[in-house]
Amino acid sequence: MTPFTYVRATDAQTAVRLADSRHPGVRYLGGGTNLVDLMRETVERPTALVDVTGLSNEITETDGGGLLIGAAVRNTALAEHRLVRSRYPMLARAIVAGASPQIRNMATVAGNILQRTRCAYFYDQAGSRCNKREPGQGCDAIDGFNRMHAILGASPSCVATHPSDMCVALAALDATVHLNTAQGERRLPFADLHRLPGDEPDRDTVLQPGDLITAVELPALPLAARSAYRKVRDRSSYAFALVSVAAALAVENGTVTDVRLALGGVAPKPWRPLAAERALRGQPATEAVFRAAAAAELAAAEPLRDNAFKVELAQRTIVAVLGELAENGLAGGGA
Amino acid sequence: MSIVDKGKEAVQGIAQAVVKKAVELAPGALLPGGRPDPLIRRQHGHIGKPVSRVDGPLKVRGAAPFAAEVALDGMVYAALAYSTIARGRIAAIDTALAEAAPGVVLVMTHRNAPRLNPPPRFLTGDKAAAGDDSPIMQDDRVRWNGQPVALVLADSQEQADHARSLIRVTYAEEPAATSLPTADGCEVGTFMGEPLRAVVGDADAAFAAAPNKVEAVYRTPRHNHNALELHAATLVWRGDELFVHDATQAVAHTAWSLAQIFGLEEAQVHVGSPFVGGGFGGKGLWPHQILAAAAARLAGRPVRIVLSREGVYRAVGGRSPTEQRVALGADADGRLTAIIHRGVTPKTRHSPMPEPFILPTQSAYAAETIALEVQTCYLDMVANTFMRAPGEAVGTVALECAIDELAERLGMDPIELRILNEPDKDPISGRPFSSRNIVAAYRAGAERFGWDRRNPVPRSRREGEWLVGMGCATATYPYHRMPGGAARITLDAAGRARIDAAAHEMGMGTATTHTQVAADRLGLPLEAVSVRYGDSSLPGVILAGGSQQTASVGLSVMMAHQELVGELLKLAGNDSPLAGLGVDEVESADAGLRKRDEPDRFESYASILARSGRSELAVESSAPMPLETMHWSMHSYGAMFCEVRVNAVTGETRVSRFLGSFDCGRIINPKTAASQFRGGIIMGLGLALMEETQFDERNGRIMTRNLSDYHLPVHLDVPEIDVIWTDIPDPHAPMGARGIGEIGITGTGAAVANAIHNATGRRVRDFPITLDKLL
Amino acid sequence: MGITVNGTAVELPDDPRVSLLDLLRDGLHLSGTKKGCDQGACGACTVLVDGQRILSCLALAVQYEGRSVTTIEGLGADGALHPLQQAFIEHDGFQCGYCTPGQICSAVAMIEELRRGVPSHLTVDLAAAAIPCSRDELRERMSGNLCRCGAHNGIMDAIATTYPAETHPGAAE
Ligand SMILES: Cc1cc2nc3c(=O)[nH]c(=O)nc-3n(C[C@H](O)[C@H](O)[C@H](O)COP(=O)(O)OP(=O)(O)OC[C@H]3O[C@@H](n4cnc5c(N)ncnc54)[C@H](O)[C@@H]3O)c2cc1C
Ligand code: SF4
Ligand code: FES
Ligand code: FES
Repeated sequence: MTPFTYVRATDAQTAVRLADSRHPGVRYLGGGTNLVDLMRETVERPTALVDVTGLSNEITETDGGGLLIGAAVRNTALAEHRLVRSRYPMLARAIVAGASPQIRNMATVAGNILQRTRCAYFYDQAGSRCNKREPGQGCDAIDGFNRMHAILGASPSCVATHPSDMCVALAALDATVHLNTAQGERRLPFADLHRLPGDEPDRDTVLQPGDLITAVELPALPLAARSAYRKVRDRSSYAFALVSVAAALAVENGTVTDVRLALGGVAPKPWRPLAAERALRGQPATEAVFRAAAAAELAAAEPLRDNAFKVELAQRTIVAVLGELAENGLAGGGA
Repeated sequence: MSIVDKGKEAVQGIAQAVVKKAVELAPGALLPGGRPDPLIRRQHGHIGKPVSRVDGPLKVRGAAPFAAEVALDGMVYAALAYSTIARGRIAAIDTALAEAAPGVVLVMTHRNAPRLNPPPRFLTGDKAAAGDDSPIMQDDRVRWNGQPVALVLADSQEQADHARSLIRVTYAEEPAATSLPTADGCEVGTFMGEPLRAVVGDADAAFAAAPNKVEAVYRTPRHNHNALELHAATLVWRGDELFVHDATQAVAHTAWSLAQIFGLEEAQVHVGSPFVGGGFGGKGLWPHQILAAAAARLAGRPVRIVLSREGVYRAVGGRSPTEQRVALGADADGRLTAIIHRGVTPKTRHSPMPEPFILPTQSAYAAETIALEVQTCYLDMVANTFMRAPGEAVGTVALECAIDELAERLGMDPIELRILNEPDKDPISGRPFSSRNIVAAYRAGAERFGWDRRNPVPRSRREGEWLVGMGCATATYPYHRMPGGAARITLDAAGRARIDAAAHEMGMGTATTHTQVAADRLGLPLEAVSVRYGDSSLPGVILAGGSQQTASVGLSVMMAHQELVGELLKLAGNDSPLAGLGVDEVESADAGLRKRDEPDRFESYASILARSGRSELAVESSAPMPLETMHWSMHSYGAMFCEVRVNAVTGETRVSRFLGSFDCGRIINPKTAASQFRGGIIMGLGLALMEETQFDERNGRIMTRNLSDYHLPVHLDVPEIDVIWTDIPDPHAPMGARGIGEIGITGTGAAVANAIHNATGRRVRDFPITLDKLL
Repeated sequence: MGITVNGTAVELPDDPRVSLLDLLRDGLHLSGTKKGCDQGACGACTVLVDGQRILSCLALAVQYEGRSVTTIEGLGADGALHPLQQAFIEHDGFQCGYCTPGQICSAVAMIEELRRGVPSHLTVDLAAAAIPCSRDELRERMSGNLCRCGAHNGIMDAIATTYPAETHPGAAE
């Protein structure tokens, strides 16, 4: 680990000010479960850390019936929250499908959102080439081991996936991110936060250095009370997703009236399959329609050497999750 | 006469020449005409009782000291930098920034490392311990991607790690052999000096003529041991003596080998390793101990070295991948007419052996013709090494899947096919089996597992999304007892005994089982026996490997006990109730000696010692050469039963039930033995479903460099595992017990694969069986 | 203000790079907490912070100022073994013993999570007040602690017998 200074902030303004005075090389520190790991690998070499775990860790109901989640809320606390469980079960389920209980006790909401890819070549600072770590160096994953990598949204410069489970649910739920920046406060649709690699794979998000996430807001979404998260992985627990699906579905008289879908493990960002959603709305809630919707989204898939199976796997998992939700809906049960 | 026959004759010649002598040397031992270990008949002793681990209280409190947990005054911390090319030279190495970094005490590279003798490669001598004999940091050569190229010592681990990251190396790269097509030569592999090849009759012709046959290629990937404890050593030079707190499966070997490397007498190196946090074949002598000792000498400071998890993958070898072709021919009834098992596996020029995957096939089935061969190809990679059941773990995957495929072809039950082909003597060596009850193990296992509920038609049982199936396979691992076993028994004035042997504890329950055995041997309660082990100053050269430790130490204690009895009778003298009795007339019981057929003629150890004015009595003895394996084909066996559930949507596999039915001779401690069996089986589940070390063939770099990319089974992957055993003592093994440490991993991979086939109708021959292969 | 470790006040390290794990092992010689990866991937370094289980290898010690840390050395009262430690011995919940302190600390906090009703990946009914704890539910909740020796069955038995009320399959009913 490269030496750094450490300071704690207890509120957002102080955090931004502290960070501003430590540019460049300053990073915010949440639970540390991703940043400390990457620092030990010397992939990240901040010269200063501003600890933001003292920021808001509250979860409050908004006027519109949504939820405002402080950036420092720990993953466990979020999954455990009564309203998250009842109104946004997919979010609770996505969180507890990720990492391990110990890590979820440490990880913060903001840190989870901003965690970086688990691409092994990205991690191998000493011995592998990686455009995300060092733009222009080349990408050893494209012709190497890329079983875990993206089939959608990648570019010739980077094919890594975003590893978060929680973010898949946030994408499906149309969350909004609250920011505090040197220029003031700002809100950003969650869908616009993460970016595709294009030819700037080093930039995971649209945030500028020093931008602080202060909260995540969930809109009221009655539909989400019947939602699900399904994660497919290489062992039964404590493994990153090969494919994951977050979904909420409203069916009336056999017709899909509304739907929210998001995919994990398949793209450089939490993937919102809008093509699939379009193909579902107003259509009969049948397996054939689900199949066609999934296929519509995955038509754009560009598999690599080791990950062609993800196309089929994503297809099947989407159909299974939608099918289950539709069935439960008919039976009148919750998810 | 075939090669095998010639070999057989030669071996028997040697054996006969030495047997007579050995019998004289080892009365009552394990040879023809000898009397089996008397403990085998003992019914009411400590052996066979589920005694809890004697070191349990230490371990559950976290108080058992591991190698990186000994603190020495003035100690500095080490960090290693590893090469990033597979082959070439170090053209330049810039250490200036590292040397100037805070807290740095030393930066060592090939330029300033002390000159050392080459590490004695394991199997090249009695006590050779090195997994790799490359002269690391002795020249500017790079021999594999990940080879240590620099070592930093600093006042804290953080400082050492940081300084290490500041070292810049420039390489002159050379073309490297990092895949089979680019291999630097191939040849028939050898193992323990013998070619890995066996021929009985003309198997190719028999196979061609067989009315029923199967033939397929099975692939297993690289594996790493991934013991949870990182490789570590804390060491110090005191004058010309080196003291090493190590994590090793071979204290005596390591001490001798380090002495060779540093040009010292063996007695000048002291290696202690009382607790090892898992070994599985991976904890031997690797570059880190050697380099740390060299740096400690240069810096004049005690050193602690703990490999990072990445460092373990870089510097310590694992199991090599294999590509195995199995062809089986059978007559109309299912009797095997040909077994062909040939394949290829890479190794390095610096490692002790190629993965000997044909070993389990040597004594598996009666077949008219057999052809076995391991081709090995040389690559530039980290030295491959022994990993739990080398050969058998992956060899049984190919063989036992092929048997299952043949059963299906024949429309036979796979258990009945195996039983039909049960050999009555070793099919290759021709030796009788010392004890082989695999049929009993199958019958008992099938009954308990509910094998009769298996539908032989694949894909016939579905529960919701889940396809359910059952499979079985044979487990097998040879009985080993290596030369070098020795032990000391020390009786004290209170009649308590201490056993000393340079053995190891890495989870097998060494101290516990030997407390039980020694207590029975000496007629003492458990509380009156203690066991010291894990130190090179103790007697014996006892590898914790090959599942041989129990036999080696157990027989040594048996020999020492005989001597002890002799000494005690001498001391007892004429005033004792034992006066005039010979060694053969007495036995140990009730903390003393008594006449076998006249139990009232008894004197306690304490009384004998007291009367002779001795405060203690110590005798040391060695085990005789392991000639029993020249007379008998000796193996542990198991019948493995598995039930899987495969998700029809996602291809995910969950093992829902598992049973291991074992035939390993006498079980000394059912509690720790069950754990050993389960531990092996769980590693086998990993092998079947998820474990793979990814080796990038473009540059020879291992890309699974952490425990989140290399998947070990987690709790949720592990069902309740049922284990049962025949408990039939082997008359030719000490205590009647054959090894149990490795057998669990054998057969398991095939049992899982066979169950998956039964569940899905899919035959996956490329391991691990990840979900993409089942979509 | 420093950190409290097993009830004793301890100074923070000067170097902010020092992890809580290295502070415990190297600084305080409390080597019961183990390092199996230093990457957050094995759980051997699990300790309790104010009763919650965390991974001390990914925790910078400076971040835990003012918090109360309990390690395996601090679990038992007055030198006596904690009932779960005793049960690990009884049920052979370990072989080499290297993952053991992490497993035990993890399980102690896991039981609190169960009592609190924290859901897991396997929890069927997110709305239920109490969680019916099947063996698989227990296994899932302990899956952040790897064991290479394969002591999984014994570990589960030890936990289930120590906490029969919380780990009963029908705990909710
Ligand atoms: C072995 C292992 C397995 C895992 N498995 C999974 C898994 O299966 N699924 C999954 O989803 N995740 C998994 N994770 C990742 C884990 O979820 C993340 O590490 C965690 O969520 C990160 O949160 P944190 O608070 O610890 O972030 P930190 O590590 O503290 O920070 C991460 C990033 O966020 C930035 N940051 C933190 N807070 C703020 C803020 N308020 N504003 C702006 N920037 C900020 C930091 O500067 C840093 O760049 C795993 C991790 C490990 C180690
Ligand atoms: S895929 Fe992206 S993160 Fe991985 S090596 Fe290529 S550029 Fe780096
Ligand atoms: S050492 Fe912390 S998780 Fe492995
Ligand atoms: S007991 Fe050895 S790793 Fe668990």
